[in-house]
Amino acid sequence: MADDSKTTMMPANGEGAGFTIPRHSEWKRIARVFFSRKLYAIGLVICVILVIMAIFAPVIAPYNPLKTDLRAILEMPSGAHWLGTDQLGRDVVSRIIYGARTSLMIGFAAVFSGSIIGLLMGLAAANYGGWVFAIIMRITDALMALPGIILVLLIAGIASKSGGAGSGGIPLVIFALGFGGIAGMCRMICGLALSVKQNDYVLSARAIGMSNWRIMMTQIFPNAFPPIMVGVTMAIGGMVLGEAGLSWLGIGVVPPVPSWGGMINDGQAYLLSNPILSLVPGVAIMLLVFGFNMFGDGLRDAVDPRLRGVI
Amino acid sequence: MTAYVIRRVIIGIIILLLVTMLVFLLVRLLPGDPLVVFLGQSFTQNQQRIGPEQYEALRHQWGLDKPIPVQYIDWLSKIFRGDLGKSITVQEDIATLIAQRMPRTAYIGLIAFVFANIFGILAGIVCALRRGSWMDNTITTLANIGMTIPVFWLGVLLMYFFCYKLGWLPTSGWVNPFEDFWGNVRHMILPMSCIAVGSVAGLARLVRSCMLEVIAADYVRTAWAKGLRERVIVLRHQLKNALLPVVTALGGALGAILGGSVFIETVFAIPGMGLLMTNAIFDQDYQVVQAGVLLFGAIIIFSNLAVDIAWGWMDPRIRLA
Amino acid sequence: MALLDVENIKTYFHTEYGMVKAADGVSFNINQGEIIGLVGESGCGKSVTILSVMRLIRSPGEIIDGKVMFDGKDLLEYEANGPEMRAIRGSKMTMIFQEPMTSLNPVLTICRQITEVLELHLGMDRHSSRERAIELLKMVGVPDAARRIDDFPHQFSGGMRQRVMIAMAIACNPIIIFADEPTTAVDVTTQAQLLELMIDLVKRINTSLVFVTHNLGVVARYVQRIYVMYAGRIVESGLSEDIFSNPRHPYTIGLLQSVPRLGEKHGTKKLVPIMGLPPNLINMPPTCAFLPRCKHKISRCQQEPWPALRNVGDQHYISCYVDVRGNQ
Repeated sequence: MADDSKTTMMPANGEGAGFTIPRHSEWKRIARVFFSRKLYAIGLVICVILVIMAIFAPVIAPYNPLKTDLRAILEMPSGAHWLGTDQLGRDVVSRIIYGARTSLMIGFAAVFSGSIIGLLMGLAAANYGGWVFAIIMRITDALMALPGIILVLLIAGIASKSGGAGSGGIPLVIFALGFGGIAGMCRMICGLALSVKQNDYVLSARAIGMSNWRIMMTQIFPNAFPPIMVGVTMAIGGMVLGEAGLSWLGIGVVPPVPSWGGMINDGQAYLLSNPILSLVPGVAIMLLVFGFNMFGDGLRDAVDPRLRGVI
Repeated sequence: MTAYVIRRVIIGIIILLLVTMLVFLLVRLLPGDPLVVFLGQSFTQNQQRIGPEQYEALRHQWGLDKPIPVQYIDWLSKIFRGDLGKSITVQEDIATLIAQRMPRTAYIGLIAFVFANIFGILAGIVCALRRGSWMDNTITTLANIGMTIPVFWLGVLLMYFFCYKLGWLPTSGWVNPFEDFWGNVRHMILPMSCIAVGSVAGLARLVRSCMLEVIAADYVRTAWAKGLRERVIVLRHQLKNALLPVVTALGGALGAILGGSVFIETVFAIPGMGLLMTNAIFDQDYQVVQAGVLLFGAIIIFSNLAVDIAWGWMDPRIRLA
Repeated sequence: MALLDVENIKTYFHTEYGMVKAADGVSFNINQGEIIGLVGESGCGKSVTILSVMRLIRSPGEIIDGKVMFDGKDLLEYEANGPEMRAIRGSKMTMIFQEPMTSLNPVLTICRQITEVLELHLGMDRHSSRERAIELLKMVGVPDAARRIDDFPHQFSGGMRQRVMIAMAIACNPIIIFADEPTTAVDVTTQAQLLELMIDLVKRINTSLVFVTHNLGVVARYVQRIYVMYAGRIVESGLSEDIFSNPRHPYTIGLLQSVPRLGEKHGTKKLVPIMGLPPNLINMPPTCAFLPRCKHKISRCQQEPWPALRNVGDQHYISCYVDVRGNQ
């Protein structure tokens, strides 16, 4: 029932003839809402810049981030090294650029893996209900009963001491972070799926005999997809912070692979003489998380402002 | 209402057990031998090499050769008798360790929690009521930034400014507040602020959006139509409705603060539970890890429970269901 | 001298799609003891109009123009939430809203929601306001009022909640009550009961009632004068009997033709809907808004701007260049 004390009226379709009636496809509307606030656009720009930086790191970085130069350690910013060098003579700017690659790679991979599992669990719980739902809910409850950091710490810490995986511990970090992210994803998706399930089109699908699985894939998932996209985007920031934390503690990315968290830790010993080493990587982390958070906010407002309290 | 509470308590206990089981498994199934560190320490400290038979004896002594479920039951029964076990690395009763350290973490955490709530909620309300004003824009931007700050980096940053550059505050350590209150304040102000920042930012955003929703609600329009003034509408009609969902978020905020203590205690060298857990994880001192998980888990589950019950009581739709 | 004289209210909304002219020059008046109906389909601007009178319009809406003469003063001169308007709202002018589910505060008791009006406007103390609130609940037909007054809204059914809203509206013996589709959200039986209740109360406490609805049938029995709205303007107004027996505007005629009437002898008379859709209130052309759906249009309609209201009978006005002597 249209309550005309509220704002807009839906644009009528062409039958009115003679009036200019705005036609808006869904994407245009999303784009308009998204760009209506400068903040969201800034977020998008930051994300794009960082992703480009990460992908084209070998091309953009002025130096090899792993190359040490013991004759030029702890230098202050200069023409040759815009942000100076670290305790092993490595160029800070290059390490920051490569650090973006590390963070984004781990961030995306962790969110992706955590989301896939969380998605399956959440959909299963919402769809099958009953004891499947109960068990999955208890498991996520248990996973969420610990502060996320502690859980991730546990997994990363314990596994890494044992002669963990190669490649600088990255797969391990991804595993730990992803594991920590499962519960949140599962909960969110289950909630979304349940609310989508209430809708009549699901009932109709069932009435025409669609199997549970098909309903899940063709009705529930596509309608829950936009909020999922939003949730995933917001989660990336958290994963990057997590990776930074682990690396800072020493159980994340194994040096000499550049990681912003690790750089902060390394730089702490030289805080008095050269604070840049510790402070700049933190700013980089903040920029990345800010960019993705704002992007996620914009997406969420564009997709459905009613999600504000949920995501 | 009572049935609601009882159900939640029982579920809470089940979850706590699940958590301990989960960690128990993790500790044992993940690659890594708990005895390795002990052996390493033993060698470096006592110049003692442990031969294979002694190794087996040690395994037996620590009960590591029994099947995992049995180990779990053993551990559980010991808990009920009040025996939390001994730390492998420190060779002390874990209960003693916790008794020493938990109060410090709790002190920092709780005070930070209280302040975070006060500031965060107030900020959120102000923003919503004066939406679009410079105050709203500033606070919201600050909150957005606040949510991006890595807590350990903030510690380093503040330490750099206030301890090194300005020399106002000490960099580390713990001072008993009952013995030296102001000394304690000087030591604690940085750690507490660091931990609180994330929560303040998150709460401000959440409260703001909840208030905005309430402001647009039909029953608020009814209140205006009755001729009430703004202050009355905010206090009597809007606040309670807006804060209901916020209350449930408080449980999560406490969890975040506990988690933050891990980093902050490392940065500021505060001998609390966070540091204990971190070291235990590094040293694979699994007894301590398990006890710590039990404790943290219990705290979080209990606070979530309290929060759920508070909501249930505050919202008449649930209380009188 | 009319009790309330609304002149040429224009309330526009600034939206991302453009400026929506929700109310575009609406005028009506009401006299002591009258019941008038403000009728039109969804989106025609009737709710916006009465919200504008009570100064309940919020951003992005704005009252651009108009005069609301009440008690010798123009209400639009006052600040929307200033002390003068607040003294009028809830005591001299009250409103009953459409959605009983969401129009009551879920966390406050019914008692509190009624007594706060009594305490604010009549200066009653806690005890006497509570007594009066119980009385009011009895007047609106809530059974077991003394006990139920401490209940919360979710413990009431929709019809009961609407009775509570009515109680709040009559609590301070208002001069005018605005009812914004008060029966739309309830079932038909409850609808009839609520209507009877409202009309009875209105007569008992001698207030005037502005009844906003899209349902002609609801107003037919009770209202004395009707204003028919379309696309933000009044298109026809007059005495109730005149409107129903002798509608002159094509829209009103169309409305009446599309509604089933009891007592039709033949019973197989077709319902004739109005072709087309309601217009977009953004970018309205200067000509008559009903033009694309009108069966009686003449060339003048396409050339000249939206017709002003003109007198075609005793208190009967239409906004049309064609005077259709249509008759059911």
